[in-house]
Amino acid sequence: MTVIIILIIVSILVAAGFLAAFFWAVRSGQYDDTYSPSVRMLFDDKKKESKKNHVKD
Amino acid sequence: MSTKTLSSSIDKCYHCGELCEDELVEFDEKPFCCNGCKMVYEILDENDLCNYYDLQNTPGINLKSRSYEQKYAYLDNVDIQKQLLNFSSDNLNKITFFIPVIHCSSCIWLLEHLDRLREGIIYSRVNFVRKEVVIDFNPSIISLKTIVELLTTIGYEPEINLQNASRTKAKKENRKLYLQVGVAGFGFGNIMLLSFPEYFGFEGLDHSVRTFITLVNIVISLPVVFFSASSYFVSAFKGLRQKYINIDVPITIGIIALFTRSLYEILSESGPGYLDSLAGLIFFLLIGKWFQSRTYESLSFERDYKSYFPLAVSRIRGAVSEMVQITELKESDLIEVRNQEIIPADAVLESKSASIDYSFVTGEADTVQKIEGDYIYAGGRQVGSTIQLRIKKEVSQSYLTQLWNNEAFSNESAFDPLIDKISKYFTVAVLFIAVSAAVYWYFVEPLHILNAFTAVLIVACPCALSLATPFTLGNVMTILGGHKLYLKHMSVIEKLWNITTIVFDKTGTLTQNEGAKITYHGMPLSEEENQFLASLVSNSTHPLSRVLTKHLSNKTVQSEIVDFKELEGQGVLGTIKGTEIAIGSATFVGGGQVESEVGSSVVHVKIGTYKGYYRIKSIFRNGLGNLINSLVEDHYKLIVLSGDNQSEEGNLRAIFGENSSFVFNQKPEQKLEYIKEMQHKGERVLMLGDGLNDAGALKQADVGYAVTEDVTAFTPACDAILYGQNLTELANYLSFTRLSKIIILISFTISFIYNLVGLALAVSAQITPLFAAILMPLSSITVVAFATFAVRLLAKRLKLV
Repeated sequence: MTVIIILIIVSILVAAGFLAAFFWAVRSGQYDDTYSPSVRMLFDDKKKESKKNHVKD
Repeated sequence: MSTKTLSSSIDKCYHCGELCEDELVEFDEKPFCCNGCKMVYEILDENDLCNYYDLQNTPGINLKSRSYEQKYAYLDNVDIQKQLLNFSSDNLNKITFFIPVIHCSSCIWLLEHLDRLREGIIYSRVNFVRKEVVIDFNPSIISLKTIVELLTTIGYEPEINLQNASRTKAKKENRKLYLQVGVAGFGFGNIMLLSFPEYFGFEGLDHSVRTFITLVNIVISLPVVFFSASSYFVSAFKGLRQKYINIDVPITIGIIALFTRSLYEILSESGPGYLDSLAGLIFFLLIGKWFQSRTYESLSFERDYKSYFPLAVSRIRGAVSEMVQITELKESDLIEVRNQEIIPADAVLESKSASIDYSFVTGEADTVQKIEGDYIYAGGRQVGSTIQLRIKKEVSQSYLTQLWNNEAFSNESAFDPLIDKISKYFTVAVLFIAVSAAVYWYFVEPLHILNAFTAVLIVACPCALSLATPFTLGNVMTILGGHKLYLKHMSVIEKLWNITTIVFDKTGTLTQNEGAKITYHGMPLSEEENQFLASLVSNSTHPLSRVLTKHLSNKTVQSEIVDFKELEGQGVLGTIKGTEIAIGSATFVGGGQVESEVGSSVVHVKIGTYKGYYRIKSIFRNGLGNLINSLVEDHYKLIVLSGDNQSEEGNLRAIFGENSSFVFNQKPEQKLEYIKEMQHKGERVLMLGDGLNDAGALKQADVGYAVTEDVTAFTPACDAILYGQNLTELANYLSFTRLSKIIILISFTISFIYNLVGLALAVSAQITPLFAAILMPLSSITVVAFATFAVRLLAKRLKLV
């Protein structure tokens, strides 16, 4: 029956891993702005070609 | 590059989407409504950033009436830079700008590609929800001022003031709540899972396994109680110290009872404890709290005059001019104000002439002409050439800013939410029942005393009760937000329940900014006669004269008027080139009676002889009449509080009916005092206003709505921001909020019924952990579901969704 104790420990550790991931996500600001990342990933970044680099000042 | 928009929008500006009515600029085969828009397109095109137009059609911001020349000179001041920058070093500076106009994916794209536009910008990142952009730049290559000017040129003018710094604090608070919810959810899920054998009565489990499971439960519950629930303890403690029982007191009692009883049961091996219910309770409570904390982060409800005024202004001493912060200005300093800059303090004009736009202050868009020696109040915006002014009063002592020294701005009025009023009685009742149960069992079966006492405290924990308000009001707030009525916080709704009086500002609130419809009836007027008229009305300050002046603005104004007279309530009189001209009421001018129409004014014209009349159709909002009727039906007392003179009283009376009051010629402070007086008479006041002159009244009123045509534009400090076009729906919004109270009361009743059922079992000492584990979430979910559906249904009934 002790195998269930090991299973419980493992399952809690896995869950704790996800909790840690959640902590990391919140701390790194991923919940501060829930809109722009969804748009940002759709931008295709064309390589900037050498046409004109900067507006003349 | 996309050409798909071209065919479908022949005369729609390619950049901003506005119809090119007045002007059409063609460039690169694309239509633009003004040179500003064309210029932005050119800049983007040159830098190969036209992707901007592919992501959304016509994403740009209209640039027609903007000019920024020299406006940001103060950003070269090192002191000011220091206050604005988040981080600074020799070759890296970081700054966060608040840019209210950010509205679509193209905005994000463009603002995150600023590095392609100018050398020296290293990185930029948008936070769409907060409408902020963080920019890293190299100060040795590009100056802060240049960046702000660049942003302004492409239409993204940042709002710069020192208040913005405080915005980051709220972010930290929010993150902590997320973490607390996360921990509680983790605890709830795992403890419940580990308690399953207990629920199903698996007797076959080893004793050692059982002990292990319960110990693990205790370990998991520790962070749930001491981290996730900590804010409830703090709040309850604070309340008690002020001899005030808020809703967090019974919650805290419940949590403590659950926790200690569970610990006792587990450690004494007399039972499995209620840790699953405990974690569930805290999880649901925090969800409610999270719902409650949602606000419109991108809108600012706290602005005072400081956010309107520039941070610095150029002061002239002898031959040198230097930028100084406006707080350092002293009386009799000479300052220079450039085009589009705001005059920061009451001053006397030293230059020949100035035209001042007071739209921030009064909500009226017309500019006012001033000449040398005129006294100019702070808050106006100079339009045109640079002017010099001699300061007469320090910034904080000026006519307008004095308002903020009023106590209304320093003390937040104490407000008792409904839930806290109930919690007082609730807590007392629960304690009474718990003690009675204990006393009863003392005589019947002393073994059950502790059991019954703690069981009562546990089942009576007002979890569902405390969820009723946030979920009802949160949904109400979301639905109102869909109608562009943005509430600062859900407690505003509770304040709205008790409103008895509604006070309106006139200009900009009841009236439309677009102006009036004017028709002329009578003998046709020649060009010269029109010029005469224009000359006469341009000298009058009467609102109708101003409307006519605007209408005749394309006529040349003759300067020599002899015998100019303005008779209050009658009209204007004058002689130009020997011709007597009079405009005004029928009796004054000598015209016949004209059929009157509600909401329109008639101005008769005499040039030598009687010519005819102008009918000026309501400058009031469409549908105002219906709004007033519904508000009167709902028994609100209505008052118009205006800074203007009485001239519109007749029209207002026609719309508002006889039972409303009208107060005119009110200075900003008088408005505030008037509201205060009403409150002393026991009225609960809702104030609707726009400009800065209403700021005091908005703050003093129980609820202040700022009415604006552009919700991202400047609004004074208020409890809610209402989109001007939707003002006429106000009565509907008010009944919606009033009826939401009934929904909350029904939700309360539902949760009371659950509590009673639980209590009945608790006092008879029959409650089991499984029963508690079912009752607690079930009651919470019922209440949340009921609140959400009832609000949606109500909104549908009122045609709000």
